Amino acid sequence: MIHLSAFQIFLLLTVLKIAVVLVITLTAVAYTVLLERKVLGRMQNRWGPSRVGPFGLLQPLADGIKLFLKEDLMPLAVERPLFVAAPVIALACALISISMVPFGAETTYQGVDLFQIANINVGLLIILGVTSIGVYGIALSGWSSNNKYSLFGSLRSTAQVISYELALGLSLVGVILRAGSLSLRDIVNSQSAHGARSWNIFGGLQIVGFFIYLMAAYAETNRSPFDLPEAESELVAGYHTEYSSMKFAMFFMAEYANMITVACVATLLFFGGASSPFGHLTDHLFATGFIHAVLPIFWFVFKVFSFILLYIWVRATLPRFRYDQLMGFGWKFLLPLAMVNILATALVLAFRS
Amino acid sequence: MQTHYIWQYIPLVLQILVALAMAGGMVAASFFIGKHKRTKVKLGAYECGMDPVGDARGRFSVKFYMVAMLFILFDVEAVFIMPWAVIYRQLHTITGQRLFGFWEMVVYLGFVAVGLFYVWKKGILDWTNTSSRGDL
Repeated sequence: MIHLSAFQIFLLLTVLKIAVVLVITLTAVAYTVLLERKVLGRMQNRWGPSRVGPFGLLQPLADGIKLFLKEDLMPLAVERPLFVAAPVIALACALISISMVPFGAETTYQGVDLFQIANINVGLLIILGVTSIGVYGIALSGWSSNNKYSLFGSLRSTAQVISYELALGLSLVGVILRAGSLSLRDIVNSQSAHGARSWNIFGGLQIVGFFIYLMAAYAETNRSPFDLPEAESELVAGYHTEYSSMKFAMFFMAEYANMITVACVATLLFFGGASSPFGHLTDHLFATGFIHAVLPIFWFVFKVFSFILLYIWVRATLPRFRYDQLMGFGWKFLLPLAMVNILATALVLAFRS
Repeated sequence: MQTHYIWQYIPLVLQILVALAMAGGMVAASFFIGKHKRTKVKLGAYECGMDPVGDARGRFSVKFYMVAMLFILFDVEAVFIMPWAVIYRQLHTITGQRLFGFWEMVVYLGFVAVGLFYVWKKGILDWTNTSSRGDL
């Protein structure tokens, strides 16, 4: 038996956690794509992918292999270093922010929290910051492609993402006010006392904040009804027009990984994270053991996938915005509403405590 | 066990390294696995079957620049709100006044709102050509 120091155990477990989380995230990304195609298909009265494997379950695998085998084109006019760097930045940023997310109840083994990669006291700021850096992926890809479609797609997308980032940041202030901390673990703990009654969206009166967050999150991830950067009727494919093979797939994966991150953050900030909606009512049933440790993860995954289903449902339902409507909605409606929400929350909290 | 404050950041650094390595590895793998048959048409810019006219280094609307500048201004203001929000629930014991923190934020957001109102009236936020005669 080799004796490991505390620091070595810490490093080993961290690397293990990162490997497990990344594998799960990438699998979830692949199957979110399949889920989206299936659900969209059903909503449009058709089958969706159904040929590869049982119920089309092997479709993501087949797509992945196909994309790896495709020719990796690099047009002569592109700015080569930036053209290669852009998808790397986009995907890496999407994968980094997941490290702040606590997936389950605090469970320590040898002093290391098993269900969260990094518990940092400014975790929320890091998530916001890393998603902001993700904009560089979009901006650089459009500019370095040296193609008009790409350039306009990326300009639109960049302007949209940075505009809605303001509303996104301000909509979270209500939650921070209530929790008094930027650590995601603390924010979850502040809402896990009485089940669904103490979640921020109900007990914390953050339903307006949640609405702003949801709208801004759709715009941040370039999803329908705010998917103007990829308005295929005008811009071919937007900023990734010139990309082929795995580089194209990486933008695709980044979009879905961002969707998952955004759903995780919504769950953590407004829906109590991994805490059960029944509070401690069901605790005596599973007081100890395996189920007690795994049940919070079940709730977390359940909430996250509810959000992803909502994403898909919205995509199947709503038409695309016009660009001036989009910018007007972000700047003239969501931003002032977020400011009012901050003041209202502060006033309520001042008289409650 | 986490005695050093800086240890908290080690997992984040590891995650950044792993994510970058993974993304870089994917680019490299697809470059080496896929076959390459380069033709003149394939290597040109995509333009719906026509030969592209000029390149994409032309001029574009100044409104995008305006939005970027406004974003920096308002985002800095948003960042200043965060520390206030973290400390807010302890402010009334520190200052001894229940609404001290609230009035502070009313004044601060008041300034921000005046700025937003100014930009709005200048027409920077209007994207249709008829009404955006902002002479900033």
